[in-house]
Amino acid sequence: MSSNKMRLSGWPLLLPALALLAGILLVPLGRTLLDSVSEPTWTLKNYENIFTDGVTLTVLGRTVMIAAAVTAAALLIGYPYAYLMTRVSPRARGILLVIVLIPFWTSVMARNFAWIIILQNGGPVQKVFALLGADHVVLYGTSAGVTIAMTQVMLPFMVLPLFSTLGSIDRRLLLAARGLGSSPTAAFWKVFFPLSRGGVVAGVILVFTLSLGFYVTPALLGSPQQSLVAQLLAQRTTQLLDFAAAGALGMVVLIVTLVLVAWANRMGGTMSAIGVVATSRTKDR
Amino acid sequence: MTHDTTVKATGSSPGTRSGTEIRLDHVTKDYGLEAPAVDDISLTIEPGEFMTLLGPSGSGKTTTLNLIAGFETLTAGTIVLNGADVSNVPPHRRNLGMLFQHYALFPHMTVAQNVAYPLRERRADKREIARKVAEVLELVQLTGRDDHHPAQLSGGQQQRVALARAIVFEPRALLLDEPLGALDRNLRSALQVEIRRIHREVGSTFVFVTHDQEEALNLSDRIALFNSGHIEQVGTPQQLYAEPETLFTARFLGDSNVFELGQAALDENLTWDGETWGIDPGTVAAHPGVRTRSAIVVRPEDVEVVNRLDEVPAGANAVRATVRDVEYMGAYRTLLLTMGERRLPGRARVSALHGDHAVGDDLVAWWRPRAQRIVAA
Repeated sequence: MSSNKMRLSGWPLLLPALALLAGILLVPLGRTLLDSVSEPTWTLKNYENIFTDGVTLTVLGRTVMIAAAVTAAALLIGYPYAYLMTRVSPRARGILLVIVLIPFWTSVMARNFAWIIILQNGGPVQKVFALLGADHVVLYGTSAGVTIAMTQVMLPFMVLPLFSTLGSIDRRLLLAARGLGSSPTAAFWKVFFPLSRGGVVAGVILVFTLSLGFYVTPALLGSPQQSLVAQLLAQRTTQLLDFAAAGALGMVVLIVTLVLVAWANRMGGTMSAIGVVATSRTKDR
Repeated sequence: MTHDTTVKATGSSPGTRSGTEIRLDHVTKDYGLEAPAVDDISLTIEPGEFMTLLGPSGSGKTTTLNLIAGFETLTAGTIVLNGADVSNVPPHRRNLGMLFQHYALFPHMTVAQNVAYPLRERRADKREIARKVAEVLELVQLTGRDDHHPAQLSGGQQQRVALARAIVFEPRALLLDEPLGALDRNLRSALQVEIRRIHREVGSTFVFVTHDQEEALNLSDRIALFNSGHIEQVGTPQQLYAEPETLFTARFLGDSNVFELGQAALDENLTWDGETWGIDPGTVAAHPGVRTRSAIVVRPEDVEVVNRLDEVPAGANAVRATVRDVEYMGAYRTLLLTMGERRLPGRARVSALHGDHAVGDDLVAWWRPRAQRIVAA
């Protein structure tokens, strides 16, 4: 009862945030949507073009592929790393955390230029590959190079939610599983991993959605022939001044993101059934 | 849903299964601290026995249980299950059921999935699993909760699920690590009854860890009393209560009046604080320590009080006492006493019919020599 009262009396505190959201999110977003269907006249031509101009769809597909590759790579690297963080001494954990955070605190531009130096033709990576007998491995200006650099940029967004989830899993459950007949590997896959799903979903969503709209790294490390959605958007707004077409493309990316978040919510819904406040709603027949 | 209870009591059911003998042979666990957590313990737990490892926290009882389960590795010694040395066998191959104080139910699985877990790990076939899960849920009286998640159940129900999960695969023995510690008093005694019933029905060896003496006295066939890494005494609840070998045992189980003797000749008579007391040779502990340092222990219910020394029957041991406080307990009263010249604290339990005693009353406490016990101190 008292919490209800507090909720009612506290709502004016939300006004600044609501005003901000309306001013900088809802109004421009509405405007973009409106422009995308009303320029030059009321039409869905801008959306139709995305699917028919032969370029946009390819770029969109490439963007989704790279975002998926980055997400998968970040998960494969980030999960063991976050797991290690939960298993070491507090001191070592601090060091591991700083290693994740230092790049996070460093300017994205600085990191991208560093990647250019590392990946460029004649750079250290190419030399290492040459030593291993693989000549002329070209990463600079390719989707592979973009994927590598983006993975490094995105890693903190995967590691941090995973770390907080993995750290909160009761490890005594693993002992219980061992006692019930599971090998250490079986206990991990049947008990620990399913319980970490919330962190996996959070990390995947963060990295994937951020990767979809990533501009700097592909612009600096990729090639114009292999541009991604963000580059296409930049081109249409700053060079072609075709705001309606850019708006339509932006809307499509937004829809892709929303679908993903909805999926995450459903996963999250399953998670809350596991949590302390289990509702019978999820179990209704 | 056809559960034939008669089939359950016999048939495939555990009732006919003979339990597993668990033998600990010079078992030591040393974490490299000042003293080993478990220091050279030898103990044989009989097939089908309900053995309680009792002791204060830090006495090594839980470490011993974890050594049996295989969650901890031995520093020295061997653990033998039914003649087979399992000292180096990992926990998932020991085939022992384990019940934890914190339940340790898998939160992402339903009740039925939790209970089926050990069967699925053993690759039992689906219909077999369904049958056994239903059977064991009935045994712990949780039929109809199959689809609930652990978080939807009360603490007592969660522990029943954990119990079902721990016995469904017919383990060689059940290890229980303070399983009732997190429950409130009423639920605790209800589950004690439950655990005893299940022990009877299942018939396998139970090893139960607790620091609660009442729980231990109530449940066990035998108790192994732990004290700082070693076993102080092993015996039936009656033996431990009535025939303690050491002062630690006497003090841990129930209340006692303690008269420290130091090194005393335990002949027919001895003198304590000016009083001459008789000794019954049958009451002297077999523990070798009794020769170097001993103490007389008398239970409060064996102490009588009278007003004058000449009212003490012949042959009884007596000491002057002053009433420090009176605890009214309904059917009886406990007099808190100050005894003898040394003003030792003591207790006497007297019938409520016995008449009034006020704080400050001087009286004489007495008991028969055969009611006392002389233990190693």
